[in-house]
Parts: sequence; C-alpha cells; structure tokens
Amino acid sequence: MTEHVFSEQPQAEAIAVTASRSLWQDAWLRLRRNRAAVASAIVLLLLALAGIFGPSLVPHRYDEIFPQYVRVPASLEAYPREDRIVPDFQRSLERARITIGEVELDGSTIRADISDNEPIDPRITRYIDRSDLFDNSRLEDADGNALSETATSGVMVADVQRVRFLFGTDANGRDLLARVLIGIRISLAIGLLASFMALALGVTYGAVAGYFGGRIDNVMMRVVDVLYSLPFIFFVILLVVFFGRSFVLIFIAIGFTEWLDMARIARGQTLTIKRQEYVQAAEAMGVSSAGILKRHIIPNTLGPVVVFVTLLVPKAILLESLLSFLGLGVQEPLTSLGLLIAEGASNMRGAIWLLLYPAVTLTVILFALNFLGDGLRDALDPKER
Amino acid sequence: MLTYVLRRLLGAVPTMFVIVTIAFFMIRLAPGGPFDLERPLDPLIMQNLERAYNFDKPLWQQYFIYLGNLAQGDLGPSFTRRDFSVVDLFRVGLPVSIQIGSLSMLIALVFGTLLGALAALRQNSWVDYMVVGTATFGITIPTFVIAPLLSLLFGVLMGWLPAGGWGTWKHMILPVVTLSLPQIAVVARLTRGATIEALRSNHVRTARAYGLPTRIVVGVHALRAAMLPVVSYLGPAAASLLTGSVVVETIFGIPGIGRYFVQGALGRDYTLVMGTVVVIALFVIVFNLIVDILYAWLDPRVRYD
Repeated sequence: MTEHVFSEQPQAEAIAVTASRSLWQDAWLRLRRNRAAVASAIVLLLLALAGIFGPSLVPHRYDEIFPQYVRVPASLEAYPREDRIVPDFQRSLERARITIGEVELDGSTIRADISDNEPIDPRITRYIDRSDLFDNSRLEDADGNALSETATSGVMVADVQRVRFLFGTDANGRDLLARVLIGIRISLAIGLLASFMALALGVTYGAVAGYFGGRIDNVMMRVVDVLYSLPFIFFVILLVVFFGRSFVLIFIAIGFTEWLDMARIARGQTLTIKRQEYVQAAEAMGVSSAGILKRHIIPNTLGPVVVFVTLLVPKAILLESLLSFLGLGVQEPLTSLGLLIAEGASNMRGAIWLLLYPAVTLTVILFALNFLGDGLRDALDPKER
Repeated sequence: MLTYVLRRLLGAVPTMFVIVTIAFFMIRLAPGGPFDLERPLDPLIMQNLERAYNFDKPLWQQYFIYLGNLAQGDLGPSFTRRDFSVVDLFRVGLPVSIQIGSLSMLIALVFGTLLGALAALRQNSWVDYMVVGTATFGITIPTFVIAPLLSLLFGVLMGWLPAGGWGTWKHMILPVVTLSLPQIAVVARLTRGATIEALRSNHVRTARAYGLPTRIVVGVHALRAAMLPVVSYLGPAAASLLTGSVVVETIFGIPGIGRYFVQGALGRDYTLVMGTVVVIALFVIVFNLIVDILYAWLDPRVRYD
C-alpha cells in the first residue's frame, strides 16, 4: 500500500510540471493581457502606497491647523507670498515701538535695521515670534554678531517660515493634501475590511444554509430575502446609529449590509459541491458537519466568491463615503474621502479645490477598482465572456 | 392572476413585520434619545415627557403599542419637529420625493432605452463606444460627487439654475438630472446588451424575412424582447432612486422623506425613522410586485399559477 503511494507521487509531479497551466496561472495570463485592468492595478498600487506612506511623508499632519492660511487655493508656490512678507514683518515690528529702517528680504531670511533712543530690549523678538510667519528671530549688530545689551541700534533678523499647500487648505486651515492622503488610507482600509467582513459572514451563512438544506435552508434564505427588501441605505444608517460612529464599527456595519449577495452565491455553490463524491466520502468516514464545511465546502466556494469580492470593495468604499458624506461616518479630525467631499460641497463657493481634489481622488479609486474587478471576473470566469 | 397578487401581498405581511421589528429595536436600543439636548432637561420635565410618550413602560410594551398604532395607520408624533405627526410630515414630504423619483425614473427609461438601442443598432461604431464609455462613467461616479459638481457648475459658476432649495420647476432640474444619470447609464447598458441579443434571435430574423420594415422589426419585435431585463431592473432601480434621494435631498436641501430619515436618525426621532422605514419598505414591496406583473405581460412564457 505504502509502496504504491510512493511510486505514484514523483510521476504525478512530473505530469503536473509538463501539463497545462493551472486555473490561476491561466487567469493571471488573461488578466495581464487586459490593459485596462493592468493600468488599474498599477494606479491602485500607487494609491495604496500613497495611503500607507503618504501621510507620514507630507510635511504637515492631517489635523494640523494653520490659522493664517484658511482656505488658501492650491498652488505650487510656497506661502507666505513674497509681497506679503515685508508688510507683515513691519506690522509685527511696529508693535515694539522702535524706529524701523530699511527692511530687506533675502531668500528665507528677513532683516530690518532698527534703532531706538534707549538700549534695545532683547525681548522685542517675541513680537516677531508671535507671528506664525516667522521664527528664530534674533537681534544682531552690523557684523552679524549678537547685539550687545547697551546698543541703541542693530538689525532684527528672522527666518521666514515657508509652507507649501499643493492642494490648498480647508476651511479650518488644514493641509488638504495631508487630509486627502489620510482619506485614501481610511477609504481603502474600510473598503477592504468591510469586504472581508461580508466575505466571512456571507460565505459561512450561505455554506451552512446550502449544506444543511431543508427547513434550515428555507428559514435562513427567507431571512436574507427579508433583509433584501429593506433598502440597504436605511439599514446601514440604522446600523451606524446603533453601533455608534467609530472606525471599527463602520466597517462592521457596511459588512453587515453587503453580505447578502455573497450568501446567495455561496449557497448556490454549496448545493452543487455537497453532491460531490469527496463530500460523500467525508460523510461516510464520519467527519462532522462543521469539519466538512470547513475543510471541503467553504474552500471550494471561494473561486466565484473571490470574483464577487473584487467588485464588492468599490461598493463598500462608496457606502462608507456616502455615510461620511451624510455625517454618519468617521469623525473629525479624522477624515475620509466622503467627508472631504461633503466639506468641499459646503465650501464650493470660492473654494472649488476643496471639492475637486477629493472628488477626483474618489472617482479614480472607484474606476480603478471597477476595471480591475471586471478584468478579474473575465480572467477567472471564462464563461462570462 | 388576482390570486397571485393577493398571495404576494399576503406574503409581504411577515416581511413587513420582520422589518418593523428589526428597525424598532435597532433604533430604540441605539445610544442616545430624542430629548438629549446640549443642556439637560429638568428631571421633572424629563419624567413628564417620558410618561407622555410611554417611554417609562418596558420596551416590549412600547413595541406592541407601536404595532397597534401602526395597524391603524398611526405613525405617531414626531419628536424633533414638535407639533407635527409623522403622517403630517409625510403628507408634505412624500409627494416631493415621489415627484423627483418618478420623473427621474421616466427620464432614465426613455433616454436609457433610446441610447442603448441606438448603440446596439450601430454596434462597434463611434456611437456605440460613446454610449458605453459614458455609461461606465455614469455607473462609477457616485451621486454625491455628481450632485455638488452639477450644483457648482450650473448653480454657482454659470448661475443658470438655483443651486439648492425647492419651489419652482427650475429647482427640480438639477436633482432630477443627478438622480437619473446613473440610472440612464444602467438602463442603456442593459438595453444595449439585450437588443444585440434580440437582433440575432430567430423571431427577429423571421420578421425580417417577412419583409417588415426595419422600423417595425426593431421597434416592435426586437425592443419588446429587449425590454425584459430592463423591466426586471426596475425593482432595484426604484430602491436605488430612494437611496439616491437621501443624498440628493440632503445636498439640494429638498424637503422630502430621504432628508427626514437622515435627520431623524441623527436626532433619534424614533417615530420619524420608523415611519420612513415602513413607507419605504412598502414602496419597494409594491414596486417589486408591479415589476413581476409587468414581466408576465411582456413575456407570455412567464406564468403565475
């Protein structure tokens, strides 16, 4: 008996090597030939990288507030604008009640000649530091050394703080680029987690219903039908209200609404799988129902289900954005693309960029996911073509 | 046929019952309550309020009170809009939502089938590619992105139409366009696929062989068969129009029931939320029934006995 098995094995491997491609290899080849799907995959990869690493690479945190720069438009140039630096510096200096001479801007440092009737108080640098535009202000004499305490004239030197807002800032003065990046992260994370949740719930439910059949199947599928007839938006809003608005519970709520299709697909698959000989063999050997479900039924339903999952991810992202848009999703200062679009929509008069950047980002994500999902479906399921 | 309709309507009763039960306990067990204000109410007032609205009774008792009232068509008073009952609110809000929804549905059907049929007749021409490309856009871009963009473009930048609000026919244009765009896209795709298939089918070939003019071959024979998937999509379409109306009513500030639902859920207006769920579930059930009947009428092979 054992000899027989040993003599079989190498042969089987040899055949596998020379034999035709496996289902997955075949699917992979077909997917690579689909240009839209490959381009989408690359775009998604870049977006995912942006979502993972972007927030820590951009110079500002997503919840950092710049009170000076509320709703500044998107631009490549740094703030403050050149023509604003000198007047602002002068205005800050005037508070010190000293005579101000020539002000000169040189790159990122600004210097002004100052003089007074009495020795200059070194504490006047505070007037400059108080402004968010300048820091590291110091008093120097003409040669660039620190000013002596008795001097009545000198030079006030300060560094200009330059900040760039490639996407502009929002109504609270936060960097929109950083917020869009964190929004990508949240949206993708919720999309993936919610789909996984729906996958786990739907496949288990469908497999159990299909495997046990009969009255159990009837009751379980009737529940699915009932949930189906409740428009999902109302269902998910109720779930979010019920669960409260934390990050984890939002994806659970979305997963709870998206598992219905999955349960139906998994049930259909199970009905065919459970009549296969290997399931009957397992039953004959006395394997428990749970064991058969875990070992035989669920792994074999995964093929068609995986295809469905790829199309579920954009749906979940859309749903999360919709919830955030309605004010039921993630909470400030954390943000998601839906919330950013909502903020943009309420600020669109005079601050178009607040709407455009998040809207374009979300659209690109949805397009890429849909194209990739379609490509995967075509690749994995040749019948569909 | 009549027995089928009656049986379906009877079958809807347990469905409604389950929906009402789930919704009731979910909204009631959610944290917070309708009287949670920034400044807490005086305990005595709170007690009186709770007694007035039966909140002092155990939850299961309140549930049966609600079911009893519901059976008599009484949806209860609204908690956030004092002096209004939920039925009063719906008397104002429901016509608005239905107006927008039915208009969008009509536009989606007319334009969707036209574009889809056109694309199918000129398969693989630039018309076809245009329709398919635009449809992909329409399906992918979500309503809550289209709505503010349209409002920005036509309301704010061009100033042609009001950016929000409700009143004249001008206020209806942007919401209806927003709602119907994705539906046009889906209907066009469905019609295109079905028409291409129908044009290849035997009965169309026979009609051609008889020498009927193309107008009649396409308009009567091919399109009738092609309408089947479109009709079966109407059920989900009605549901997604309701979904869309939540977004569109919120963005354009339209006093319909979708906005009530969001406000009600946020303000824990129990009766308003429950009322919306009941009305919408009824709507979806009835719509699915209509679709099934239409289906039998269009395709005599389908029988309900």
